[in-house]
Amino acid sequence: MADLHPDNPYAPDRFPDPKKTVEFPPEAKKKFDYILTRYPTKEACLLPTLHLVQEVWGWISPEAVLYVGTLLDLSPATVFGVVSFYNMYNQKPVGKYHLQVCTNLSCMVRRAYDIYDHLCDKLGVDPGATTKDGRYTVVEVECLGSCGTAPVVQVNNDYHENMDVAKMDALLAELK
Amino acid sequence: MDPIKILTANIDKPNSTSIDVYIDGGGYKAVAAALKMKPEEVTQLVKDSEMRGRGGAGFPTGMKWGFVPKNAPKPTWLLCNADESEPGTFKDRVIMEKDPHLLIEGMIIAGYAIGSNPMSYIYIRGEFYYGAMVLEKALDEARNKGYLGKNILGSGFDFDITVARGAGAYICGEETGLIESVEGHRGQPRVKPPFPAVIGVFGGPTVVNNVETLACVPLIVNNGAEWFKSFGTPKNTGPKLYCVSGSIKKPGVYEFPMGINLKELIYDHCGGILGDRKLKAVIPGGASAPMLTPDEIDLPLNFDAVAKAGSMLGSAGIIVLDDSVCIVDAVWRLSKFFAHESCGQCTPCREGTNWLESVLDRIERGNGRPQDADLLLSMSDNIGGKSLCALGDAAIGPVISSVKKFRDEYLHHIEHKSCLPETVRYRRLDRAVPAH
Repeated sequence: MADLHPDNPYAPDRFPDPKKTVEFPPEAKKKFDYILTRYPTKEACLLPTLHLVQEVWGWISPEAVLYVGTLLDLSPATVFGVVSFYNMYNQKPVGKYHLQVCTNLSCMVRRAYDIYDHLCDKLGVDPGATTKDGRYTVVEVECLGSCGTAPVVQVNNDYHENMDVAKMDALLAELK
Repeated sequence: MDPIKILTANIDKPNSTSIDVYIDGGGYKAVAAALKMKPEEVTQLVKDSEMRGRGGAGFPTGMKWGFVPKNAPKPTWLLCNADESEPGTFKDRVIMEKDPHLLIEGMIIAGYAIGSNPMSYIYIRGEFYYGAMVLEKALDEARNKGYLGKNILGSGFDFDITVARGAGAYICGEETGLIESVEGHRGQPRVKPPFPAVIGVFGGPTVVNNVETLACVPLIVNNGAEWFKSFGTPKNTGPKLYCVSGSIKKPGVYEFPMGINLKELIYDHCGGILGDRKLKAVIPGGASAPMLTPDEIDLPLNFDAVAKAGSMLGSAGIIVLDDSVCIVDAVWRLSKFFAHESCGQCTPCREGTNWLESVLDRIERGNGRPQDADLLLSMSDNIGGKSLCALGDAAIGPVISSVKKFRDEYLHHIEHKSCLPETVRYRRLDRAVPAH
């Protein structure tokens, strides 16, 4: 059980529960079948399949790692290695609104940290944590490639550009 | 020098992403013209244009295409690098979100020139969800009009494009990291040689080109190599997108002939420094480019001139810093980025980038030691050139240049345990920084 040691930040939260199995709903299954036609090897379908998992369930659970492994003939270790390498795959459930504040240099000199601090204080969460009602997760992210309209906050898949604290408050009021 | 609208000719048109608007503006003529030529003639045309890749390294595009062996045992692949993750760079996003057909047309021509197999990929960073949607829609339109698919325009050439989304890793913008990621692996760069042109994705010869590079290809086919060379100076040719951000009045993407003067760009075209403050430093080519001081910025922004000034044009992501920015804090932020994005494969980079970050953090917090400025240089020396890819070298660019050019500011921090009096706090030091 060394992998689950509490000091190991790279460990999964837990091993998959053998009693719980997951399966794509028919709509997602159709998308998965399409993905298979676009790549020459099954392994190459891994990244798009994981995006699909996240679209369906919001995060990539240990059970989903097993499931993707069986779909693509990959070991769970290979799948988890890829999940943990890439930033965008959530290894824990996130809130309904995933507030991702870019704080890299161009955003920082346009006061992005004010927005980030404001969000943490107002919502009463530590960075990376989710509010108790499961509504918001606040994280600091690296450059989002929108430096010309800095600061930028990504909420789920959408960019909100030229932000400041007042605009962030107005946006929060809309995100119910 | 006046701004031009060549690569950005379509982006202000209403409904600029639709194929009808693109065709009305003369789009997809270059595909028809190129398919009537021999593939070698297309490659020669791009060679004659002397275009250098817009992704960062500035390698001649035609020469890259020419490296692909004829009659290789495995199929040849074309990959478009749309993993625009270099802090300060946001030019490819404009092309993909506003004029996706220009990129698609460029890819069809490039695929034809290198003899690509019928599938190719646009590897777009995962965060550009909107851009990926725009591209998907544009690809559908192109398929319906017969510009993609089997037997394009009756030429017998089959070609299709898939949008492959990344998932948040800067390192996948590195050529071989990108190849690994397309294959479904962790994006850890490969040992070179063999170079991708010989063995790349799925074991076949592979050409990886940046979005802006591919977007230039239809322009060269339509107007000829001489026209392309009429912009810029010899060996630094063509129109170029410059991204300006940071403490600047009018940030954004600007198009100029290659080689606009940096000082002119900042003061005449971008309106000068935010709040009319004093300029402190300019990063001319994305986060990894060494910094320039205000008396070094009177130079043309092309690959050779910026390299001669001891920095690099890279992806032309210009970050402007005014005198309210603490240099140590700014470099700390960039080092945090590189520490986060190091893929973990090579020890000097994986460990070194974390050490750079923590030493910079301790200087910023007033816990710096007298030898720390030299320690940063010595650590940088132990990272540079000692890893497989260029991420380690990128990480030390801002560190070395800032210690050399702003040593007094580092020493002030260490001696007085505080930032220079004119600087402003851009982040709270009491907020815990989560581990990465």
